[in-house]
Amino acid sequence: MDLTYSDREEAFRREARAWLEANVPREAWPSGDTAEGFELHRRWEKRLFEARWAVVSWPEKYGGREASLVEWLLFEEEYYRAGAPQRIAQNGIFLLAPTLFELGTDEQRDRILPRMAAAEDVWAQGWSEPNAGSDLAGIQSRAVRDEAGGGWRLSGQKAWCTRGAFCDWMFGLFRSDKDAERHRGLTYFLVPLRAKGVTVRPVGRLDGDAGFADVFLEDVFVPDRDVLGRVHDGWTVAMSTASSERGLTLRSPGRFLAAAARLIELARREAARGDVDPTLRDAVVRAWIDAEAYRLYTLQTVGRVARGGTIGPEASVNKVFWSEMDVRLHEVAMRLLGARAELTGSASDAVDGGAWTKGYQFALAGPIYAGTNEIQRNVIAERLLGLPR
Amino acid sequence: MDFAFTPEQLSFRDSVRALLRRECTPARVRDAWSREDGRVPGLWEALAELGVPGMLAPEVDGGLGMTDLDLVLLLEEHGRFAAPEPVTDTAAVAVPLLREVGGAASERWLRPVAAGAIGVALGLAGAPFVAGADAARLLLLESDGEVHALEHTEVTLEPQPSVDGARRLSRVTWTPSASTRIAAGPVSLRALADARDRAAVGTAAELIGLARQMLDVTVAHAKTRHQFGKPIGSFQAVKHHLADALIAVEMAAPSVYRAAYSLAHAARDRSVHASMAKALASDAAWLTARKALQCHGAIGYAFEGDLHLWMKRTWALATAWGDAASHRARVAATLFAAGGV
Repeated sequence: MDLTYSDREEAFRREARAWLEANVPREAWPSGDTAEGFELHRRWEKRLFEARWAVVSWPEKYGGREASLVEWLLFEEEYYRAGAPQRIAQNGIFLLAPTLFELGTDEQRDRILPRMAAAEDVWAQGWSEPNAGSDLAGIQSRAVRDEAGGGWRLSGQKAWCTRGAFCDWMFGLFRSDKDAERHRGLTYFLVPLRAKGVTVRPVGRLDGDAGFADVFLEDVFVPDRDVLGRVHDGWTVAMSTASSERGLTLRSPGRFLAAAARLIELARREAARGDVDPTLRDAVVRAWIDAEAYRLYTLQTVGRVARGGTIGPEASVNKVFWSEMDVRLHEVAMRLLGARAELTGSASDAVDGGAWTKGYQFALAGPIYAGTNEIQRNVIAERLLGLPR
Repeated sequence: MDFAFTPEQLSFRDSVRALLRRECTPARVRDAWSREDGRVPGLWEALAELGVPGMLAPEVDGGLGMTDLDLVLLLEEHGRFAAPEPVTDTAAVAVPLLREVGGAASERWLRPVAAGAIGVALGLAGAPFVAGADAARLLLLESDGEVHALEHTEVTLEPQPSVDGARRLSRVTWTPSASTRIAAGPVSLRALADARDRAAVGTAAELIGLARQMLDVTVAHAKTRHQFGKPIGSFQAVKHHLADALIAVEMAAPSVYRAAYSLAHAARDRSVHASMAKALASDAAWLTARKALQCHGAIGYAFEGDLHLWMKRTWALATAWGDAASHRARVAATLFAAGGV
C-alpha cells in the first residue's frame, strides 16, 4: 500500500489545477438543462477538448491523455474543486464511450469518439420508456429490419432522456425480436435525434428546467453501422454500460469532496451569524467523513482494477452510497439555512445563489436514476451476498 | 498511489484466520463467558507462537518489526471470531507505547510483553474501565498526561461486569508516584495520543471483522430458514436490510485500512484518520448488529443462539475508546479549526 501520489501524479494534478484556475468561468451560467445554458456549456466542453482535458483517460488519438485511473480521479477532484461547469457531455463520455471501447468497432470509435469528446455531438440516453423503468427488460420500442436500406426502422417512445431536448444523438435499446424472451431480442442502437421521424418533447424536471425529454420515434431509419454490439444482444451491451455508470465513472469522489468542503464553509458562515445546533455540526462532519470514505473506497477499487479485477455488482454498492450521501449532504445544508432554505436563486436573500436548494432537487434524482436504489439493493443482495432471487 | 495489501499481508491474515476458525469457535467463546478470566484456553499461546503480540516490536526486542498496516487485517480477523484475547491492547497499543516511551520501563517490559509472556492492560484517560486488568501482570496507566507502569499487586480492582460476558472490565484504583512514572512531558503526551489513536483504529478493525461475520452468519441463516415456502432471503425486505449492512461495512473498511497506514507512517493527519475510522466502523457494526438480529428473528434473540456473542462484543467495542459521535467531534475540531463552528 502506498497512499502518496507519485511525482508524475502530482505534476498531472498541478497542470490540471493551473489550467482550470486560468480558464474556469468566474460568472454564474444558466443551467446546462436550459436551451441557453446548453449552448454555453457546449462551448465550454469544446474548450476542454482543445486543451485535452475533456476526456483525460482516453487514447490520445481520440483527444485524451491516456491518463491512469488515479490521474482521472485527480482531474475530477480538481475539476469540482475549481467549481467548473457541469459536464453536459457526461452521458456520452462516461456511459456510451466505455461501451464503445469494449464492444464497438474501430469504424464506430473513429467516427464517434472525437466528435463526442469535442461536444460536436452531445449524447442522450434512451433506455426508459413509459412502461419500462426499473423493469428495463419491459422495453416495447421496436426495431424492424429494413433489408433493402441496409439497416433498421425504429418506432416507439423513450422517456426521461436527460437533456434530450438539446442533444444531437441518443443511444438506446429497442426490441428487434418480438418473439424472444424478454432479456433477449433487444438491440443497442445509436440514433440521430435530427433524423426524419424523430419528435422531441421537452419535459420539466422537479426544479422546472427542461432537463428531460420524451423522444418519439416513427419509422426512423438507422443504418447497420449504428448498431452497437451484436444484433439481439443489446441487454449484454447495456449491462456493460450500466456497470460503468454505477461504478467508477458517473459520480467521482471529487464531486462530493467539493460539495462537503462547500458545506463546511457554509457551516462556518452560519456559525458566524449565530449558534449552530450541535446535532447539525455532527451532521456536517458526517457528510465530510462520508465523502472521504467514498474517496478511499474508490481508491481501493482502483487498486483492485489495477490488479486485473473487474467492476461488476460492486458498482451497486457505489451507486447507493453516493446517491444517498448526496441527498443527506444537501439536507444538512437546508437545515443550516433554516428559513432561507426555501428561497430560490432569484430571491435577494438567497444564500449562494440558491445553489443548495437547487442542488437538493438535483440530488433527489440520484436514488432514482441509473437504476433505482431498490433495484441496486436487490443486485447487492443477490449477486454480492448470494441471496436467492 | 496504490491502495492494496501485499500478498504477504494477506497470507499472514489467512494464517490467523485459519487458527481462529479452528481454535475460537462460537462454542469456545461461549465457554469463555463462564471462565474466570473470560479467555479461550491456549489461544493466546497459539497467537504468540505466530508472533502476533510482538508484531510491532523491533526484532532486537524479540518482535517481528512490522507495522500497524501489517497488523490491521489480523485485528479484523480477531473481531470476526469474537476472540476474547487482548490482541489490540497488547499488540496494537501497549507494545508501541512501551517502544515510544523508551528508557528503563521499555528495557524491562517490552520484551516479555511482545513475547506474550506477561499480560498487559491499559487504563488511559477518558476510558473509565480497564479491560483484562484481572489477568494482567502489568498495567499501563495514564495520570495528568504522564504514563505510569504498575504491577497488578500495586492496584486495586473493582470488577464491572460487561454485557459481553467474555469481557472482564474493572475500575482500577491506584496511586501515581515518581517510582511508577515511566514518561512525562511532551514525549508522554505524544505517546499517549498515539496510543489512543492506535486503540481506536485497532478497535475499528475488530468492529469491521465483527460486522463481516454477523453479515455472513445472517446471510447463511436467510438462505436456509424457510417461511411461506421460500427462503426468507428471497424477500426484498430481508435483502434490503442486509444490503444496507454490506454497504456500510464496505464503505467503512477502506478508511480503517487508511488509518492503519497513517499510523504506520506517522502521518501528520493520523489522529483525524483514526477518528474517522472509528466513527465509521462503530456505526457500520452497530447497524449490522441491528440488521442481523432482525433478520435472524427469534433465534437471534435467544441466549442459546450464537448471534449475541458477536452482537454484544459490537456494542462494547463501538463505545470503547470513544463512540462514533465523540470521534466525529474530534474530527470537527480539526475541520472547523479556522472558523470555530
